[in-house]
Amino acid sequence: MTTQQHNMHTLNDNKSGNTSFLASGDIAVIGGGVVGCAVARKMALEGASVILIEKAADILAGASKGNSAILHTGFDAPVGSLEWECVQKGYHEFLEIRESFNLPLLKTGALIAAWTEEQEAKFTGILQKGSDNNVKDLRLLSRSEVLDLEPRLANSIRAAIAVPREYVIDPWSTPLAYLQQALENGGQALFNAEVTGGEFNGTSWVLNTKRGQVRAHHVINCAGLYGDILDQDVLGASEFTIKPRKGQFVIFDMAASQLLNSVILPVPTERTKGIVLFPTIFGNIAVGPTAEDQDGRDDASVDKDNLEALRAQAIEKIPALANIPVTATYAGIRPASDSSGYQVIENSDRNWITLGGIRSTGLTSALGLAQHVHQLLAKQGTNFEAITKPHVPCIPNLAEHLPRDYETPGYGEIVCHCEMVTEREITAVMEGPIPAGSLVGLKRRTRATMGRCQGFYCSARLAELTKGKFAVPLGVGDADD
Amino acid sequence: MTDVLKHENCDVAIIGAGPAGLSAATTLKRAGIESVLVLEREAEAGGIPRHCAHPPYGLREYKRVLTGPSYAKKLVATALNAGVQIVLKQTITKLEAKGVLTIASPEGLKKLTAKRVLLATGIRETPRSARLVSGDRALGICNTGTLQSMYYLKKMVPFRRPVVVGTEIVSFSALSTCKKAGIQPVAMIEENQRPTVRWPIHHATRVFAVPLFLNTRIIKILGKDRVHAVQVVDLNGDRREIGCDGVLFTGQFTPESALARMSHLELDYETGSPAVDQFNRCSDPAYYAAGNVLQPSPDSDNAISIPIYYTADNLPQPVEVAGQCWHQGRITAEWIADDLNGKL
Ligand SMILES: Cc1cc2nc3c(=O)[nH]c(=O)nc-3n(C[C@H](O)[C@H](O)[C@H](O)COP(=O)(O)OP(=O)(O)OC[C@H]3O[C@@H](n4cnc5c(N)ncnc54)[C@H](O)[C@@H]3O)c2cc1C
Ligand SMILES: Cc1cc2nc3c(=O)[nH]c(=O)nc-3n(C[C@H](O)[C@H](O)[C@H](O)COP(=O)(O)OP(=O)(O)OC[C@H]3O[C@@H](n4cnc5c(N)ncnc54)[C@H](O)[C@@H]3O)c2cc1C
Repeated sequence: MTTQQHNMHTLNDNKSGNTSFLASGDIAVIGGGVVGCAVARKMALEGASVILIEKAADILAGASKGNSAILHTGFDAPVGSLEWECVQKGYHEFLEIRESFNLPLLKTGALIAAWTEEQEAKFTGILQKGSDNNVKDLRLLSRSEVLDLEPRLANSIRAAIAVPREYVIDPWSTPLAYLQQALENGGQALFNAEVTGGEFNGTSWVLNTKRGQVRAHHVINCAGLYGDILDQDVLGASEFTIKPRKGQFVIFDMAASQLLNSVILPVPTERTKGIVLFPTIFGNIAVGPTAEDQDGRDDASVDKDNLEALRAQAIEKIPALANIPVTATYAGIRPASDSSGYQVIENSDRNWITLGGIRSTGLTSALGLAQHVHQLLAKQGTNFEAITKPHVPCIPNLAEHLPRDYETPGYGEIVCHCEMVTEREITAVMEGPIPAGSLVGLKRRTRATMGRCQGFYCSARLAELTKGKFAVPLGVGDADD
Repeated sequence: MTDVLKHENCDVAIIGAGPAGLSAATTLKRAGIESVLVLEREAEAGGIPRHCAHPPYGLREYKRVLTGPSYAKKLVATALNAGVQIVLKQTITKLEAKGVLTIASPEGLKKLTAKRVLLATGIRETPRSARLVSGDRALGICNTGTLQSMYYLKKMVPFRRPVVVGTEIVSFSALSTCKKAGIQPVAMIEENQRPTVRWPIHHATRVFAVPLFLNTRIIKILGKDRVHAVQVVDLNGDRREIGCDGVLFTGQFTPESALARMSHLELDYETGSPAVDQFNRCSDPAYYAAGNVLQPSPDSDNAISIPIYYTADNLPQPVEVAGQCWHQGRITAEWIADDLNGKL
């Protein structure tokens, strides 16, 4: 495919021809997290002209930057809730479309593991809830059946429930694919464009952003950790308050990959899904997340005590991890809110829909939420003519279990040796339709510096390859000598 | 030297063109072994010395004091003169029984079968993440190796006013790189009550005008995009903030042994090196290891023991570790030659 064949817009592009607006269209989606990217995609495919507005220099700057990357079946969602509905719809749509995008899927399955009698006592309830939630294939496994499947688990395990269709996906390429499809089908994306206010004139909105004004008939607030603040700033009030909840993770070296096949879920408590041990799509084993309430909406810092505790918990469950070095640590922040469910609020008088409080299942539910938004708009009588033959972007594979770029000749050089990232991949990303605006953006699109040496060997080369391209560069300047 | 691997078989394949790999290759050729291939993943041979532009290197090998880059060039020239074939941009991705290697090369994936394989993949420092250091994950956090390769190979600098963590020899080597590059570290901090290196080296902080804080531990890195400060704590529990634009984590060396770790070879979990016998032979006798990838267990009676870079005990004499790796490469090559000739 070539970009000329498609109606592709990024940044300043003014379809209306009205020069006083930075952009104008049918729908403004505020926020480039996974939810915003999915909504932009859906509405672009439905034929609306969509403008995604993101305050950061790149997508995935908020909650969506650090999660467990599990594609949930929804077996444990609140029964009958909107969350459950969107998780199920999102799950199915992802499986339907992912191959056409070349998005990877690691068919791990999950085991809800009981290590104590109390935990085992909760199994009946979990099985019942799964069945109520239409996840009919949960299965009780005896200790020996669990150990047959996962021989490296500590043999103090008592029993488990198998959830065969919980899978692992690529947390970064997935939303990127959604937005890229939106752009390739007529959408636009504005970065560095924080929305600070707006005015509704009875038929359409004029939003004030840090880069200028945007006009749209409908606005979808997908501002994640800032969803409540955006409602306050623009609508004057918010029906919910975000209570940020941090989750830290520890990633073990790829050498651990033979130690675990399934996602190991704990028996959940009221508050969280608990600490999970899981294979990542990139070939590592990870443990996390913690659940720490905090005030900071941007504070994704890690701390030694929690990291050490996570590592210890992982070793307790898989003793052989004691011999495996830690590769990386990270944290993500859930946009939890003061009430437990999703905060989907329709303000039809003012053509505004808020998708707030999408706290711990948004990677899975995003496509379902996008379908929901489409339905809400259709019910209001806002209809578009769906694109008949939408363009589908092909997303470069980063999954370890599938062929990687370095396996095809002509890649130039391997730049990142730990993660086997090629010069060709890096160049493609720097020149791509949604180019990386920072080292983290590059990391999420290629895996560069994500590995065990964390840039020891490749930073010099990366600094050279990306010179002049990032707002915050790797090199602070040239040496003066 | 070439970027194209034409062989499917060879007598000895050496992984890594650092001092150990190059001296082993040279020795093997001189011992009459026919096809000796050195496979290097970088676009340039020479290993770590390529970007350690300070002396002393080469005392043992060339009886002269050289800087790292000129030492690396000399090692490469010596090997080529001896008839060694060095193939660049070849990343070994997998080791299998009987010397079967999988190699990623710009022409695609290849297999090479070697009668014997020598692992000479070196060491690196432990990054911030594996040290489980608290705080933000901002730009400006790196190891000495990164600083040195950025400066000596690309003439760029990752920061201007870093805090340097650690007082190993390499930490002082980092200070001298900083000075050359016009970087002024704001502090050097050490958790212990004494520097890891002994007198008189630590007085070097005075020469570099960098304040040294002992009994001081970093507890948090602060910074949104780029580091802007670190929080430190001392023995009394007093905390304070030091403004800086980077954190340089020095030392805490760890073998670059991922290949062995991911393979059928046994690993010594104590050191992170492949487990070897008295001939530096791995658990699969087609494989050997030499150089800094091989860190002897504290209790081993390995024929030659190599400190990880310098330690407190081999100082202040100017013992250059590269020289020891070179020496170990040579001895291991002699064992490999004997092995191939049925004499080991
Ligand atoms: C630790 C952790 C583990 C998780 N594990 C899983 C899992 O395994 N599976 C799963 O399905 N889900 C998981 N999740 C949940 C999932 O990550 C979230 O539900 C999802 O990322 C929420 O996305 P969002 O788009 O609503 O919010 P965000 O990602 O926060 O996106 C909002 C975006 O809006 C932008 N923005 C904010 N204000 C403005 C403004 N005024 N103007 C313009 N832009 C603005 C922000 O910069 C941001 O990019 C996990 C979450 C966490 C934190
Ligand atoms: C930051 C730093 C500074 C140092 N400074 C000094 C100093 O000033 N003086 C001193 O004497 N010593 C110093 N050392 C110690 C150094 O380890 C030795 O000097 C010496 O370079 C070790 O030689 P080697 O051959 O074992 O490994 P290296 O020199 O590290 O060479 C290993 C080679 O193997 C290659 N390789 C690794 N994996 C693969 C693979 N899978 N496929 C293909 N190729 C691969 C690497 O690219 C590299 O070229 C320093 C080390 C570090 C990390």
